[in-house]
Amino acid sequence: MLATRALRLVGKRAISTSVCVRGGHGVAKVEDYTLPAYFDRRENPLPDISYVQNLSPEQASLKEKEKGSWAALSDEEKIALYRISFKQSFAEMTQGSSEWKSVVGGMFFLIGFTGLVVLWQRKYVYGPVPHTFEAEYKEKELQRVLDMRMNPVEGFASKWDYENKQWKK
Amino acid sequence: MSLAKPVMRGLLGKRLRFHLPIAFALSFVAAIGFKYGVTEPRKQAYADFYKQYDAVKEFTAMKEAGVFESVRPSGE
Repeated sequence: MLATRALRLVGKRAISTSVCVRGGHGVAKVEDYTLPAYFDRRENPLPDISYVQNLSPEQASLKEKEKGSWAALSDEEKIALYRISFKQSFAEMTQGSSEWKSVVGGMFFLIGFTGLVVLWQRKYVYGPVPHTFEAEYKEKELQRVLDMRMNPVEGFASKWDYENKQWKK
Repeated sequence: MSLAKPVMRGLLGKRLRFHLPIAFALSFVAAIGFKYGVTEPRKQAYADFYKQYDAVKEFTAMKEAGVFESVRPSGE
């Protein structure tokens, strides 16, 4: 009931817009993208409009026949009616493609290229590393870590044999 | 062309009845595995370490190595 009353209001508005032509500005051009569109999507099985909008004469007569008993339709006619309403069947639209191979290949290629860029950066952009990376400094660091007995139970210092001053076998 | 009507209801329930017991069983196995693979050996390692631990000896060794700030090695 409410729907019919709302529709009547919409109809009244449509009349007033066409009356606005008198104002000298004209009715706005209806863009394609503002109208309901057709799309094949698994999550939205019934699109807003049928696929075929302009019916050929045979299709028009078939639509007339559809208004009668459906048992009278042959299998080919039922398929023809389906193809008027829909572009691809569910099986056709949900089938997979081999696109993933291109995607993965492209990914690997670009990651490899990024590796080359990083190598170039390391050579030509970055300055020298801090003095704390020198071998002599690292030896002193290691000695200090063992002196402090860092993680003596299961970790680093547990691997060092303090009696024999060597790594545990 | 008359296919059987597809199943329309109870899909989530069917999935849960299948997957939940498996999920619980696997989680339980993972927990048991972690307990006896990681935590029990770790507890044992700590127990063994402290059984033979001489704190004074270790402290003296560290002091002589010079890592402390409050206590310097006996030489200085």
